[in-house]
Amino acid sequence: MAVEERDPVSGQKTTGHEWNGIKELDTAVPRGVLMFLVVTHVWAVLWWLLMPTWPMVTTYTKGILGIDQRQIVEQDLTAAQSQRASWLKSIETQDYAQIQSDENLMRVVRSTGRQLFGDNCAACHGADGKGRANYPDLTDNDWLWGGEVEQIAETMRLGINSRHQNTRVAQMPAFGRDAMLDRTQVANVATYVQSLSNPAVTTPQNGPQVQAGREIFLTTCAACHGEDGKGNREVGAPNLTDQFWVYGGDMQTLINTIHGGRQGHMPTWDERLTPAEIKILALYVNSLGAVKP
Amino acid sequence: MAELFHRKLERTAIGFVVAIIAAASVGGIVEIAPLFTIHTTVEEAPDMRVYTPLELAGRNIYIREGCYACHSQMIRTLRDEVERYGPYSLAVESKYDRPMLWGSKRTGPDLARVGGKYSDFWHVAHLNNPRDVVPESNMPAYRFLARTALDTGDLQRHLRAQQALGVPYTDAMIANAASDAFGQAAPDSPFAAGVTERYGEKTQVSAFDGVVTQLTEMDALVAYLQVLGRLTDAAYSNTAAPEQAPDPTN
Repeated sequence: MAVEERDPVSGQKTTGHEWNGIKELDTAVPRGVLMFLVVTHVWAVLWWLLMPTWPMVTTYTKGILGIDQRQIVEQDLTAAQSQRASWLKSIETQDYAQIQSDENLMRVVRSTGRQLFGDNCAACHGADGKGRANYPDLTDNDWLWGGEVEQIAETMRLGINSRHQNTRVAQMPAFGRDAMLDRTQVANVATYVQSLSNPAVTTPQNGPQVQAGREIFLTTCAACHGEDGKGNREVGAPNLTDQFWVYGGDMQTLINTIHGGRQGHMPTWDERLTPAEIKILALYVNSLGAVKP
Repeated sequence: MAELFHRKLERTAIGFVVAIIAAASVGGIVEIAPLFTIHTTVEEAPDMRVYTPLELAGRNIYIREGCYACHSQMIRTLRDEVERYGPYSLAVESKYDRPMLWGSKRTGPDLARVGGKYSDFWHVAHLNNPRDVVPESNMPAYRFLARTALDTGDLQRHLRAQQALGVPYTDAMIANAASDAFGQAAPDSPFAAGVTERYGEKTQVSAFDGVVTQLTEMDALVAYLQVLGRLTDAAYSNTAAPEQAPDPTN
């Protein structure tokens, strides 16, 4: 039944069919393509045997190599833990003063801390820890909740106005918006606050304004910021007499702050970082504060 | 011989039809067969909750703005990913993701566990202008989100569609979709209580964009970002990674 017919031009066999006078050459699949198909099929069968592939009714074929990516990552993590074991144990057990006096451990703290900081803290405080408007500078030795390593670790653990049940709470009321002070009073307090860190603000012209601001400050603001305006780390009230500002020390920002209040937020890191990681970060952040009093 | 076999096959109409069906169904079988054993591959997560209407609306904005083009939501089983982002993603965590947003490209970081990592305030600042908080960022600014009121009119229908796909939204959830969306972003409003009642005490109720009087797309997107990785604790009990599960009381 096979029709043997050869094309007179190329000498190839034809399919034997004729479509309106057109005949088709019966060319075989090129050897290269055929080889490629065979090799990929063989490879697929091999792969089915080696790797987990086919689903069964209640399980799946596990493969000869027995590869389980979850096990691999667990092994990798355990291996990483044991690589760190030499210093992790010391950091977990020793207290901050001991670690700080150990130069080898501090070298680990600086390299590991830098990584942890970049991953977790830099989004707000900047990769260099210098912060930016609304996010405190961690290198200036002006602290809201205290710059001792223990205090830094505690702030990281609890967060500020965070979801941690024992969170540090810092809420500056909205004196203007909630009608505790009128516009003039807000402006007067702002001027007085500015004069605390910059005596040049006080001029003979605005003397009465500063004085009026001072009286309001003593009755309204001193409870948290202290009569001298030096702040209170128990409630996270910043020192208003220095050059470091969280939200900004210019007139407009000060008025905005007093008018609308501030409720800064720092997330709790208790659940995201291990105690050892918090310890490393606290030591790292503490070491950033180059300016010592 | 191969030639002869083919020639023979081609000339047997029924046999050839059967051969075509067998060859063409291979692709389908490869995709469908694993679903027969899905119960053995998807983990149990009794504490898993569904997205609130506000989070679902945020998810829709996430899709609309194409966030998935640069951000994945899939922590792979690799050491560096687990150490950076947290426990690797489990299938069950995407149980109510229709469609899933695992993504396959990271111009920005993975977001599978970004919930709770930063403050609402940070997210708003970052979406308004990423350069304000991350100087080296090349993410576009989404300032208009805070100016655009959230359309809550179609939320009921969105929830109903999800319900039809098997997401266990109750009829009460669907009936209250719009008020729950408003209540989740207005903690002191009378609508807030219904959110925690229907979606659990762990649901974050806060003024996401800082303004309680108006419900904006910014509220929705931040609410969604803050719940990523927090629908269930299953991933934390499933891994040897040195991570603690998020404390439900936090």
